[in-house]
Amino acid sequence: MISFEMPDEIRERVDLVRGVARELMRPAAREFDEREHEIPWDFVNAMWDLSLKTGQSFRSGTRRDGGGVAAQALVHVIETLSWGDAGIYLCGPGAGLGGAAIEATGTAEQKQRFLTRYREGPPKWACMAMTEPHCGSDTAAIRTTAVRDGESWVLNGEKIFVTTGHKALVDSEGLMVVWATIDPAAGRAGMKPFVVEAGTPGVRVTKLERKMGIRASDTASVLLENCRIPATNLLGSAEMSDPRKGFKGAMATFDATRPSVAASALGIARATVELLKELLALQGIEVRYDRPRHLLTAVERDLLDMETQLRAAWLLTLKAAWMMDKGWPNTLESSMCKVKAGDVVTRITQKGVELMGPLGYSRELPFEKWMRDAKINDLFEGTGQINRLVIARRILGYSSRELK
Amino acid sequence: MFGFEPSDEQKTLVESVRRFAGRELRPVAHDSDERGELPAALMEAAAPLGLLPASLPEAYGGFGERSAVTGALFAEELAWGDLSGALALLAPGLVALPVLLAGTEAQKHELLPAFCGESYVPASAALLEPRADFDPRLLQARARRASGGYVLEGTKCNVPFAAEAEWMVVYASVEGASRAFLVHRRTDGLHVGEREQNMGLRALPLYKVELRGCAVPSALCLGGEGGGVEAVLGASRVALGALAVGQARAAYDYALDYAKSRVAFGEAIAQRQAIAFMLAEMATEIEAARLLVWEAAWALDQGGDSTRECLLAKTFADEMVLAVTDRAVQILGGHGYIRDHPVEMWLRNGRAFAVMEGIAIV
Repeated sequence: MISFEMPDEIRERVDLVRGVARELMRPAAREFDEREHEIPWDFVNAMWDLSLKTGQSFRSGTRRDGGGVAAQALVHVIETLSWGDAGIYLCGPGAGLGGAAIEATGTAEQKQRFLTRYREGPPKWACMAMTEPHCGSDTAAIRTTAVRDGESWVLNGEKIFVTTGHKALVDSEGLMVVWATIDPAAGRAGMKPFVVEAGTPGVRVTKLERKMGIRASDTASVLLENCRIPATNLLGSAEMSDPRKGFKGAMATFDATRPSVAASALGIARATVELLKELLALQGIEVRYDRPRHLLTAVERDLLDMETQLRAAWLLTLKAAWMMDKGWPNTLESSMCKVKAGDVVTRITQKGVELMGPLGYSRELPFEKWMRDAKINDLFEGTGQINRLVIARRILGYSSRELK
Repeated sequence: MFGFEPSDEQKTLVESVRRFAGRELRPVAHDSDERGELPAALMEAAAPLGLLPASLPEAYGGFGERSAVTGALFAEELAWGDLSGALALLAPGLVALPVLLAGTEAQKHELLPAFCGESYVPASAALLEPRADFDPRLLQARARRASGGYVLEGTKCNVPFAAEAEWMVVYASVEGASRAFLVHRRTDGLHVGEREQNMGLRALPLYKVELRGCAVPSALCLGGEGGGVEAVLGASRVALGALAVGQARAAYDYALDYAKSRVAFGEAIAQRQAIAFMLAEMATEIEAARLLVWEAAWALDQGGDSTRECLLAKTFADEMVLAVTDRAVQILGGHGYIRDHPVEMWLRNGRAFAVMEGIAIV
């Protein structure tokens, strides 16, 4: 059935976090942007309490369980929190991207062993380490190695751009899912996901990146030096009989998390459009929705286009999440919403600065910050270009060899 | 619940309309465009689909219920086949649906049964005006109150089937508010002018219409005294949005097939990112437009205020269809400019959307 009726279940979850966004995020946004990397504990504790109390996750990484509205609810929640502040949202405790990887690739026993901690005790984070200094989108080129030694795996390598890496490994009893190769000559076939728990000897956060935006969020470099983990920390079955399983797991993780990134992007975009309309209205500029487009002023058209593009991207995002809830493959739709949301938020926030003139450029107003925060959504978890490649291969039926 | 999947019943209908579009519309599209007319047999071939009767309740001779969502679904399929043909096949709805949506009981009983028979009943709507500042809510055509009704004055353009239709809905301003009037072809003062010569939609008969002292009784004012046109404008925007999606999808499908078969430098041009990324963006934009149209159609069916949803859907679709049809021509390169391939016609058709309103309703 085709329906756009928001279920009460989702409305209730959004209501739960709307107050947090308005009271604990928006007013603190500038402060945590300027302080960079400081943990917004009021927000963290509030979200942690909320997730313990409700038994729900408010971070990306929902499992595909078929039926239910978990993924659809999550994109709504993330959009709302990111409307509050995208940098602070990324500091939210929970299993996050690491959890998504465990959900996508782990066995039932591993999910139990690694994810239970996110439902009890003090706040914890999980992160995922994929990118290395020499390779980003070309994930199959990773050099971090995993060597089997008796009942252990020994990891060596350097990972960068690990979102919430510091919180997962240093600030909490969390964990990191790290992608490493068990056979550097095998390319994708050798790529496997391993869990490294906080406190494991041989894992060290070496650097926090200083970024254009989402400064409240820590982006860590992690060094693995003879880091020894139990053999059972290789996610999935021990034999990994299907050589493609590892890489596919990474891609399945992205299928689940790209709609979350899109949702976060669109929260920033909505914040921008709302404040723009509010401030421009004070100067007598309002969109005349009842007039035809060709008779509107340039500013009215810009605003109308923003709203239109925002809604378009949102519906793509919602559909990708809906497919996930159905348990259907959504690689194409996940990449589509990610591409669109990344484009839309980039354009809307850049236009937002422009439409406010010098006020837009000033740090007294949030527009410049939103523009800085927005750009990451066109970059992380697959750049706009990589996602176009994913879409193109799907629609054309091409392999990665046929369409490079 | 959110849902992004047509019902089984809708899927069956979409499937039959899709087959019809491939079998009857697409093969005649090129010649129709060249000749400037659609084959008469086309309209009769479409009768078994029963698209309009399925939208009209039994009380008025139909066998179903109008759903804008269902209408959007089949409009997309028809436009995929051929836009001119689709508009022609939807034309009976230009009278029937405004009457159903906004008409009085008497108007419904009088006019709707005629649209429930086996044969094609051309009908028409005169909304557009030949002005750069055209605005459906500030019409230049006037309806002046006179004894027993109204007198219409003004000039209309792009009026489909004006010369053939027995009934036409004429939109005109009554003291600043847009209203609709049911005008019979033999009404004095209704002058059907020349056939329009447009850039695209060449197979669709569109005419100029002059209204000079055209007297219409009160009983033929749509919805009686106080009847409005907002619901009709919304339904028109959804229809055009859905048609835009279908037109764009036709161009996208064609360009994608071409790109996979055209070899340059030893491989299919689709294997180059410059082409592949265009196709990826086209697919994404089409899907986004479709979802906006569905949302607007769903909002219309809910019966509340759907002005905003309808506006967003049309705003997005207007721009999308132009961009997608343009990219399709681009992907075919010089061949795309040649009339042997349909993409140049689709680009000409695609340009119509942003300048058209009220020429289709679902």
